[in-house]
Amino acid sequence: MKAKIVIVDYGMGNLRSIQRALNNCGAESTISNNCDEILNANKIILPGVGHFASAMNNMKNQDLISTLNEAVLIKKTPILGICLGMQIMGKSSEEGNVDGFGWIDANIKSFEVKDSFKHKVPHIGWNNTSQSNNSPLFRGISETELFYFVHSYHAIMQNDSQTIAVTNYSYDFTSAYAKDNIFGVQFHPEKSHDTGLKLLKNFIEL
Amino acid sequence: MYTPRIIPVLLLQGNSLVKSVRFKKHKYIGDPINAVRIFNDLKADEIVFLDIEASKENRLISIDFIKDVGEEANMPFAVGGGIKSLDDIAQIIKSGAERVIINTAAANDPNFIKSACDKFGSSTIIVCIDVKKKIFKGNCVYSLSGSKSINESPENFALQMERLGVGEIIIQSIDKDGLMTGFDLELIRSISEKVKIPVIALGGAGTSEHLEQGFNIGFANGLAAGSLFVYHDSNKGVLINYVDKSDLNFNR
Repeated sequence: MKAKIVIVDYGMGNLRSIQRALNNCGAESTISNNCDEILNANKIILPGVGHFASAMNNMKNQDLISTLNEAVLIKKTPILGICLGMQIMGKSSEEGNVDGFGWIDANIKSFEVKDSFKHKVPHIGWNNTSQSNNSPLFRGISETELFYFVHSYHAIMQNDSQTIAVTNYSYDFTSAYAKDNIFGVQFHPEKSHDTGLKLLKNFIEL
Repeated sequence: MYTPRIIPVLLLQGNSLVKSVRFKKHKYIGDPINAVRIFNDLKADEIVFLDIEASKENRLISIDFIKDVGEEANMPFAVGGGIKSLDDIAQIIKSGAERVIINTAAANDPNFIKSACDKFGSSTIIVCIDVKKKIFKGNCVYSLSGSKSINESPENFALQMERLGVGEIIIQSIDKDGLMTGFDLELIRSISEKVKIPVIALGGAGTSEHLEQGFNIGFANGLAAGSLFVYHDSNKGVLINYVDKSDLNFNR
């Protein structure tokens, strides 16, 4: 069966670049905020650029919270959160002091770098990952390969077994997590050349 | 390991790619979309497009053009040119760019910068500070493609932008533009030392060593250049090219 991939459109971020990257992996996708389409998807991508509180606010206004909870927690549809999309899968964020979906035992905090001359915030640029817990998401991706990051906040995990990659910027932070059918990456695979496409392909093939 | 971004900056005049010397003497380089394809193949870290006539002509950089770039680019890209409203930014992001670059409106309308950062997130908003030395006055900030001076030092202007929530600053030396003799390292470093947000150095890079200096001495997080990536060498035969990052020695 052909995978039905839905990129959730909740008014945050550059959805077209994700769709284009999926195309380059040979996968068709739909950009949608339609509840039926989301519930019938085989795979869901939760994008996001911007402010945590505005993201959750948009989710509420578009009635997407219960739909996504059903798709992710009951139907167990594989979902990939990207950047802010990853962060809102956590329990809460300092950014706007609001609750996220709470699927992952993580709280989102701002970078606290000790050497602000060398490590500026936001963390913008290309960086590598140290992988753990052998996630299928990173299959075939070496630890020297680089992903594109742009963020000021990152996840603090309550449960290390859900961390599948860390990245060093002044200190190690969780750059990817996974729990059952739920995956989140802090970087932008859709903008990370061939390495990003490999990761998206791994997600499509789950 | 984090490494600085190496960023080709491509200037637009109408639909053409051009390159300037000290913001003047614009020379035709070629087709911008073709350049995007080449930078895809060369695996560029990020690219920047600036429409250098947009603010003067009181219009926005072409949305159709941004869509065309978005359909091609496998790497992040940022665009600037005549951005002055939240709606402008929303249209640009929707069309495929990751981030926007603001120069003239940053000088004219600080409130706009603040509301843009609040709405789209700090990391979406880049302010480009154009700097030219004036006799007796030292470094001055310019807007409107280098044609209008602002009564503020680059350091104070950068700090003001940081306070408004801006996520990154481009420091562009107008005096060094197109010369390919190296960045104004003193200027770059003076800003990098003051702000906690990342700084992109622009203006003057002509060799790989210049890029290394921008990071190692200037403490920039992004190393941007025009001429270096559109000319074969200082004789200025057109050749879109990029550097092999593994050959560079970043160490500070």
